[in-house]
Amino acid sequence: MNLVLKIWRQSGPSDSGRMVKYHVKDVSPDMSFLEMLDVLNERLILEGDDPVAFDHDCREGICGMCGMVINGVAHGEQVATTTCQLHMRHFEDGATITIEPWRAAPFPVVKDLVVDRSAFDRIIQAGGFVSVPAGSAPDAHSIPVRKEDADSAFDAATCIGCGACVAACPNGSASLFTAAKITHLSLLPQGQPERLSRAKAMVEQMDAEGFGGCTNTGECTAVCPKGIPLDTIAQMNSDYLKAAK
Amino acid sequence: MNYIEGPEIRDTKAPEGPIEERWEKRKFSAKLVNPANKRKLDVIVVGTGLAGGSAAATLGELGYNVKSFCYQDTPRRAHSIAAQGGINAAKNYRGDGDSIHRLFYDTVKGGDFRARESNVYRLAQVSVNIIDQAVAQGVPFAREYGGLLDTRSFGGAQVSRTFYARGQTGQQLLLGAYQALERQIAAGTVTMHTRHEMLDLIVDDGRARGVIVRDMVTGEIERHLADAVVLATGGYGNVFFLSTNAKGCNTTAIWRAHERGAYFANPCYTQIHPTCIPVSGEYQSKLTLMSESLRNDGRVWVPLAAGDSRAPGDIPEEERDYYLERIYPAFGNLVPRDIASRAAKNVCDEGRGVGPGGLGVYLDFRDAISRLGKDAVEKKYGNLFEMYERITGENPYDVPMRIYPAVHYTMGGLWVDYDLQSTIPGLFVIGEANFSDHGANRLGASALMQGLADGYFVLPTTLGDYLAAGPFGEVSEQAVAEAEIKVRTKIDRLMSVNGTRTPDSFHRELGKLMWDYCGMERTEESLRKALERIPELREEFWNNVKVSGGPEELNQVLEKAGRVADFFDLAELMCLDALVRTESCGGHFRAESQDADGEALRDDASFAHVSAWEHTASGEPVLHKEPLEYEYVKMSQRSYK
Repeated sequence: MNLVLKIWRQSGPSDSGRMVKYHVKDVSPDMSFLEMLDVLNERLILEGDDPVAFDHDCREGICGMCGMVINGVAHGEQVATTTCQLHMRHFEDGATITIEPWRAAPFPVVKDLVVDRSAFDRIIQAGGFVSVPAGSAPDAHSIPVRKEDADSAFDAATCIGCGACVAACPNGSASLFTAAKITHLSLLPQGQPERLSRAKAMVEQMDAEGFGGCTNTGECTAVCPKGIPLDTIAQMNSDYLKAAK
Repeated sequence: MNYIEGPEIRDTKAPEGPIEERWEKRKFSAKLVNPANKRKLDVIVVGTGLAGGSAAATLGELGYNVKSFCYQDTPRRAHSIAAQGGINAAKNYRGDGDSIHRLFYDTVKGGDFRARESNVYRLAQVSVNIIDQAVAQGVPFAREYGGLLDTRSFGGAQVSRTFYARGQTGQQLLLGAYQALERQIAAGTVTMHTRHEMLDLIVDDGRARGVIVRDMVTGEIERHLADAVVLATGGYGNVFFLSTNAKGCNTTAIWRAHERGAYFANPCYTQIHPTCIPVSGEYQSKLTLMSESLRNDGRVWVPLAAGDSRAPGDIPEEERDYYLERIYPAFGNLVPRDIASRAAKNVCDEGRGVGPGGLGVYLDFRDAISRLGKDAVEKKYGNLFEMYERITGENPYDVPMRIYPAVHYTMGGLWVDYDLQSTIPGLFVIGEANFSDHGANRLGASALMQGLADGYFVLPTTLGDYLAAGPFGEVSEQAVAEAEIKVRTKIDRLMSVNGTRTPDSFHRELGKLMWDYCGMERTEESLRKALERIPELREEFWNNVKVSGGPEELNQVLEKAGRVADFFDLAELMCLDALVRTESCGGHFRAESQDADGEALRDDASFAHVSAWEHTASGEPVLHKEPLEYEYVKMSQRSYK
C-alpha cells in the first residue's frame, strides 16, 4: 500500500504547530498503525529530519500510553481498538490519513503527538483508591461479593487511562474516565466506607483540572477502547449528588 | 570473551533452622526504625510496576520519604499491566490438596532446581497475603456465583491455585498498586517523577546513595540523593528486539548498577513463552502473548505429516498430532513453558509447522467449543480471542489460533541476598529485575506473585533493617559529579557519531543474532559465534549510529540509542554465561546436554549453583558461584510425562 499522511508537527508547547504531509510507500496490510509510523520515522532519522514523536509502550492495547486522533476519530475508526492494535488492513491503498494529538486544554501538547495527561493521575490522587495499607487486610474470603457486582466492577475497572474519551468529547470532559473508577469501587463492598467522599473529591478535582462537563453526547464510550459503559456516569452523578447534599 | 573465577558466595543471609520458620525469624531479627526517624530517611524507587509500585506505596505508608521514578507518562503504564493469566497463591480455597509446601515444591521443581529453597518458601508463604491485600484494595478478581473467588489451573501445577481477573489480571493488580501509590503521592510521602529515565547509580563510600536521571521532556540531567536505592526496573527480554515486553523495557538501570559493582546473576536464563502470535513480517516491532490460560481448554497440534499444507479444518483427526498430549500424558497441554516451547520448535524443525514460514503450531478450541458451547468459551477467553482477531485478521472461533514461542521473561537479573539487597550495600533489587525466585524457569502466574511479594511484604521489612543504621549523612560531591560526567559523556558520544544507521536497525540485528545463537537452543558453536559477532556489531554501532535531534529536548532516538548500547554489553555477558553453563536447565537448553528423549539434561554435580558475574574495569568479568543446596525438595530429573 502507498499512503499519504498528514501529521501534526509541533516542536514544543510554545510552538503553534502545523500539519505536515508525508508519503509512505510499500506499507504491508499486516502492519500495525504504529509500525507504519516506525517505518516513516526510520526514514526521517536517516534523512536528518526530526522523527514524529508519539507515545507508545506495550503495543498490545493495555498500557494506555498510545493515542492519536486518526481521520478525526480518537484511536481511529476501528471499534474498541487502541491505536497500537489498529492494523493497516483497515485502510485503502492510496488513502490520505490525518493524524493529530489528543486535543483538550487539560492535555497540553508536549511534542508532536505526545500530550501531558498527568491531570488523570491527580484525579486518582483525589480519591480513586481504597485506603488499605499493606498488611492490614482480612482474609480474602471474609467478604463474599456477588458475581454480578464483581463482573460489573471489573467492566468499569478495565479503563486504561488513555484519554480517548476526553479527546472525543465536544466538551473535553473527563467524565467517563472519572466515572469508571468511581463505579468500579462503588460496586464493591471494599469501596463503601469512602464511597461518597471519593466521588466528591474526584469530581471536584476533575473540574479543577479544567475538563468540561458531561452533556450525555456519548462520543466517549463510542471511542473507548475498552467499551466503558456510559451508565457509569450516572453512577458517578448519583454518588456525587448524595455526597454534595 | 574471557573470565576469571572468583571466590564463592557462601552467605546469602537466609536464617538457619526449619524452612517454615525462616521468614518469621528474619522479620523478628530485622531492626525497626522508629516512626519519627522514618521521615528523615530518603528512599529512591526506580520503576512503578507491580514490584516498584507496591514498594513505593508501602514505604510511603510506613512513613519513609520516597521518590519514585518511571520512564512512562504515568506510573500506571508499567508493563506488569500486560500480564494476562493470573496470580498464584497457596490459599487452597478449592480443597484440592494445595498448600504452601506444594506451591514451594512446584516452584522449585518448575525452576529446574536452580532457585534458592529459602526464598521460594517465603514467596509461597507470602502469596496468601497478596490475595488478601489485593481484594481489600478492590481488585475485581473473578468470582463464582456464591460470591467466593474463582481459580484456574496453570502450567506446571496439578492444583487450581491461580486467581485471575478475566485476561487482565496484571492490569487489575497493577491498578491496585498504582492507586495505593497515588494515595501516598497525595499524602505527600511519595514524590513522583514521570518521564524520567535512570542513567546511573551514585555510589559513595561503598553505599548506593542516589541516581542520575534524565528528564525525558527537557533533556535535563538531574541528580537525586537518598539513603537507599531500590531498582524495580523489570526484565531485559528486549535484548532480543522481538519479545512480548513493552517497547520501552530495557536493561539500562540494572546494567549501569552492574557496572557500579552489583553482581549480575544467571543472565542466560531466558523464558521463551510457548503461546505467542507468530511473526508476520520484517517490520514487526513486538510480539503479543496469548495467555497460557488458553492451554486449559485449547489443544495444541500440528499435522502428522511434514509439508501438509491443507487448511486445518480439512485435516482429519487421525492425521493430526496432538504432540503435547502424546509426549506428556500426565500434564498434556499444561506442561511448563520451557517444555512446551521446545516441543513447538522441534515439530517446526521437522517441517510440520503451520502458517507463513512454517513457524507456528495450532492452538485449537474446536473441542472446547463443542464441549462447553461457544458462550462459555467466550466468557472465559473472549477478550483474548478478540485480541487475536484484531492482530491476525482471523477468527479463532472458526479456525484454530496459530502460535509460536517468543521471548517473554528473564529469570536472570541482579544478584540479591535473602534481604533482596544486591552486592552494593543500600542497593535493593525487586521483581523481575532481580534473579531470586524462579531458578531456570518461571511457572506461569508466578511473576505477579513475586513482584507483589517483594514490594508489599518483603522489601519493606528488610529495607528497614538496613535503614535503621541511617541516615547516612552527606553524599560526597565527587561521587555525584563523577556519575553525572559519565552520563553526559555517554550522551555526547552517542550524539556525535552521526553515522548512517538508526539505533533500531542495530537493535534488530542484535536481536536476531541473540535469537539465532542464544535463543531456544544453544550450542558451544552458536555461542562462540555470537561472542565473536557481538563486539563487531557494537564497534559498528559506536562508529555508525545516527541519532537525530539534540540532547536537550524530547528525543526518542537518543533514548533508544542509550538503551541499545547497554543491550550490546548485556548480550555479551548472556552468551558468556550460556557458554560456561554446559548443562541444560529450564529455559537454558544446551543441545549438547540432552537425554535420549531430547529432554533437558541437568548436570547437578557441576552446575547446582547460581552464576553471579562481577563487572571489572578491565572488561574481564569475574564469576562467583553461589552453591545451591536442597534440603526439602529432593533434586530429580523433572518429568511431566
